[in-house]
Amino acid sequence: MSWRVTLRTALEAILSRRMRSSLTMLGILIGIAAVMLTVGLGQGAQAQVRDQINQLGSNLLIVSPGSTTSATGIRGGRGSASTLTMRDSTALASSVVAPDIAKVAPVVTGSQSLTAGTTNWTTNVVGTTPDWLQVRARSLAEGRFFSLAELNSSASVAVLGSTTATELFGGRDALGQTVDINGTTMTVIGILNTAGSSTTTDEDDQALVPQTTYSSRVASSGNAAGISTLYIEAASTDSLSAAYQEATNALLATHGVTAATPDFTISSQQSLLTTATSTDRTLTVLLAGIAAISLLVGGIGVMNIMLVSVTERIREIGLRKAMGATPSAIRRQFLVEASTLGLCGGLLGVILGLVGAQVLPHFLSQPVTIPAIATIGALGIALIIGIVAGVYPASRAARLAPIDALRSE
Amino acid sequence: MTAAFTADAVSSPILRLNDVGKVYATGSVAVEALHGVSMQVDRGEYVAIMGPSGSGKSTLMHILGCLDVPTTGSYDLAGEDVSMMSEAALATVRNRQIGFVFQQFNLLASLPAWRNVELPLCYTGMARAERKERAINALERVGLGDRVEHRPGELSGGQQQRVAVARALVTDPALILADEPTGNLDSHSSADVLALFTELHDQGRTIVLITHEPAVAASAQRIVRILDGQVDSALTTPAGNVR
Repeated sequence: MSWRVTLRTALEAILSRRMRSSLTMLGILIGIAAVMLTVGLGQGAQAQVRDQINQLGSNLLIVSPGSTTSATGIRGGRGSASTLTMRDSTALASSVVAPDIAKVAPVVTGSQSLTAGTTNWTTNVVGTTPDWLQVRARSLAEGRFFSLAELNSSASVAVLGSTTATELFGGRDALGQTVDINGTTMTVIGILNTAGSSTTTDEDDQALVPQTTYSSRVASSGNAAGISTLYIEAASTDSLSAAYQEATNALLATHGVTAATPDFTISSQQSLLTTATSTDRTLTVLLAGIAAISLLVGGIGVMNIMLVSVTERIREIGLRKAMGATPSAIRRQFLVEASTLGLCGGLLGVILGLVGAQVLPHFLSQPVTIPAIATIGALGIALIIGIVAGVYPASRAARLAPIDALRSE
Repeated sequence: MTAAFTADAVSSPILRLNDVGKVYATGSVAVEALHGVSMQVDRGEYVAIMGPSGSGKSTLMHILGCLDVPTTGSYDLAGEDVSMMSEAALATVRNRQIGFVFQQFNLLASLPAWRNVELPLCYTGMARAERKERAINALERVGLGDRVEHRPGELSGGQQQRVAVARALVTDPALILADEPTGNLDSHSSADVLALFTELHDQGRTIVLITHEPAVAASAQRIVRILDGQVDSALTTPAGNVR
């Protein structure tokens, strides 16, 4: 029996029992749609987290000062020491020492009260270098960032985050206005584009000044040359681990410490991403597991219906065998019928899943991302379920002795 | 017996059973349904196999139709020994050499007449257009050329059995095997179907008809009587001795 005749026979058998076939397909449909939507929700949540973290700057490594250990052995915890200096920054920026590092932005921060006329606002003041803009993947809404010349001359210029500008100047244009920081009058030369808030800090509420200006005029205490954080941009995503190694080696050398007792910590966005997405992933796996069980139940439904179908059509099977159908032709006929049920159910489930991916975000305020591969995968799974569910009923039909099949009432 | 084997030399047998026995093992009890059955049917013959119920004639029909294989002995059909064949090989033999007509017609209710008739051709790999053409030809030969698209439910019993006969003819088989073909028909339709068999026999078809009714058997050329799993030679017309 040719494939065309087999397929036609299977379709006729399915269509002649419409109600039963649709209910059977419904089981597969619900399972496939559920799997697609849970996977889609998980993917959407992960993409959201990834976007948030990428906003901080891509290919980013963050160097924090390590902990101090006092003479009595009490360890201060991360950031308790201020071991990082501008010298480290210069060393890491060298293309000889660290060829895989593209840019380095040293950052020193402190909370300061800013005054513009009669308005004041307390925010995070950041002393850094012109490379900060690129390393942190930020851009300017208006004006410009400070230049290398302004850094070298400790110029009294400031770049404000959008929230800071609004708080200080209200609706007025902040560009060209002056703002007092710790008694020093600074000219506002630029306003940053909004970046949204990360989980820890409001990236739009800060004031940036040249690092030299910060250490000579803004910093309230000593340690004028100290750096609170070094942001490192690797040349590319691929060279992130090479950059990590180079930064570690260079800092160990300049600080004169061994790898066993480092006085700094380097973390990457990748590790942040891993932590943030692992929770989402656990939840997705759990939900997808439940959805997969519903798919399994759908598969058992197909098997059940196929067994009923074989029993009901025992005379037809006997007749077909008498007419010359080989056992393998009978097996193929029932396998094709079961896999058609599975595939049709899967196709409808994929359609429902894709529609759900459009509709759900309106109710959940959660993005649903269904990758193309998941769509194809879902169809494949539905087909495989149909085939697997069909194997046993089909081989039962194939094994029937023609005389027993013909004799039955 | 001697007459049978001398006739063998001159005419070509389409089927020959040689000392065939069939034992069914039902549980611990072995039932011997056939015992040492030898018979042959020549090309173009119209033979009736007669016997009361329980005589073993159904078992004989199953073996003749390659639906079952003998426990002992051999069976040659159209020059091939089929007694040791695998199930798949038997299916092919049934498809090519045998056309079945059953008591209950065994038509598929959801399909129109011509789709029922083309069914055996579906297992030959023939193209659809040719299958349809041959199915319609076969329906015309049994006088149902105007019922091609009718479903079995829209046809009378006699017409349904004629569709079944068309299905048996469509592969141009070596043997038409009819199992109580008039068992479910009124006397008028029975006469109609038997007349069709006679007509096919006149056209050179080989027909074996299994029945328990003497009146039906009478339409055949020759009668083989089965009793207690054996050929009752006293009441059997020997091969070659056409009445």
